[in-house]
Amino acid sequence: MTELLITSILILVKLILVFAAVLGLAAYMVLAERKVLGRMQLRYGPNRVGPFGLMQPMADVIKLLTKEDLVPAKADRIMFLIAPGMASLIALLSFAVVPFSPPITLFGRTIPMVVCDLNIGLLYFLGLSSLAVYSIALGGWASNSKYALLGAIRGLAQLISYELSMGLAVVPVVLTAKSFSLTEIVVSQADWPNMLRHPLAFVIFMISVMAESKRTPFDLPEGENEIVAGYHTEYSGMRFGLFFVGEYINVIILGSMVTVLFLGGWHGPLLPPIVWFSLKVLAVAFCFIWTRGTLPRLRYDQLMHFGWKFLIPVALTNVLITGAVMLAVGP
Amino acid sequence: MNLWRDIKGTLQAYAVTFSYLFRKPTTIQYPEERRTPAPRYRARMVLTRDPDGGERCVACHLCSAACPVDCISMQAAEAPDGRRYAAWFRINFARCIFCGLCAEACPTLAIQMSPEYEICKRDPLSLVYEKEDLLIGDGGKDNDYNFYRHAGIGVVNPRGGNADEYGPVDPGALVP
Repeated sequence: MTELLITSILILVKLILVFAAVLGLAAYMVLAERKVLGRMQLRYGPNRVGPFGLMQPMADVIKLLTKEDLVPAKADRIMFLIAPGMASLIALLSFAVVPFSPPITLFGRTIPMVVCDLNIGLLYFLGLSSLAVYSIALGGWASNSKYALLGAIRGLAQLISYELSMGLAVVPVVLTAKSFSLTEIVVSQADWPNMLRHPLAFVIFMISVMAESKRTPFDLPEGENEIVAGYHTEYSGMRFGLFFVGEYINVIILGSMVTVLFLGGWHGPLLPPIVWFSLKVLAVAFCFIWTRGTLPRLRYDQLMHFGWKFLIPVALTNVLITGAVMLAVGP
Repeated sequence: MNLWRDIKGTLQAYAVTFSYLFRKPTTIQYPEERRTPAPRYRARMVLTRDPDGGERCVACHLCSAACPVDCISMQAAEAPDGRRYAAWFRINFARCIFCGLCAEACPTLAIQMSPEYEICKRDPLSLVYEKEDLLIGDGGKDNDYNFYRHAGIGVVNPRGGNADEYGPVDPGALVP
């Protein structure tokens, strides 16, 4: 009985810590993105609220919370109200399986530094990223607006296409680790990270992850200069904010997935594991921002051609070759 | 191969944006830093004066006729010696579009544009500038020009009969 109680309390504590860390990080990701993008475009970015603009996220939240929460007259009300919550909820849920440090021993107990070490953690993550499609589809459909619907259609097609190459790109990783558990995958990278072992899979995964996060050059669902704001055109106030926060939580979760699957998770010399993990996640997040500052948006047909005619065949070939080599060389 | 060219082109763009991270932004942080406009900068209008301190404006209404948004209005009056001046002169800067047509139309160089660009006000009515607000102490961009010395005042005495008039310009002297 006490065993169960202690385990539950530990899970709760980890949950709150992860929740606070991810939400705080997401808020400051917005600021970091605006600042880094600004510097890349020879501007300063927000620097008025607080020292170096560090209070800008608070100002944004206050602004979003006090704005009017509009629901279009002919919208499907319930769906319209649910969709933004789904966007950030699903993004948050993925963090349950991400191991951010090796298990620590506290008062004679071994505590795994992951909210829930599922033995099918990778499948859970892939499943949740498929569910993320729903928030876009429902948000776009329920708005009863042509721009929102167009954005939702684009989002659906894009996410489904790039999920395939993403799923195929992690197969070599699973072959190496012989497990779907993310902790096992990190442990299997103790010698050298999967990035060096499977460079092609890493590149494919990075590209698919960028498409999955709906950011430039794959931000067609939003496409602000052709379809206003895409699937969240009709949203205002904090409901728009939830979509927005969901996007940045997504950046963090996808960054930690890249870290766990390809960059060796918490492994690294000198610094403590949790610091290495955070540094790697932030480095991937910087790459996302860097890409946004660099590449223009793809056209819709280019996106589809790139996904189906290039990424998926390459990913399939990569799986075949990796499997053959592992079979020949032996475990 | 095309693919190789594409990858190279993409990576070059990344290098460019990364190098821009370490360059100083070109932003001028306005309330703390202000740029000094050039002397010929075309912002708020002023009314200038002769070298000897008289108002240059002869209330000919050419500026208000040229004004595309009709923001200039005035009342003409005549001094005892026959010299024309503006009894009141008003520019509504809430309507002014700073096109500079008034300054171009002015025959006496009285109305000119000045480098003073900070004229935002809360109350639109406080943007209506009267003659006292517009007049400045000197001749602005062309300090030596004096209209009535060249034109003369042909009311009390005939033109050419006033003591302080310049003689006619010798056109031969203007040929280069």
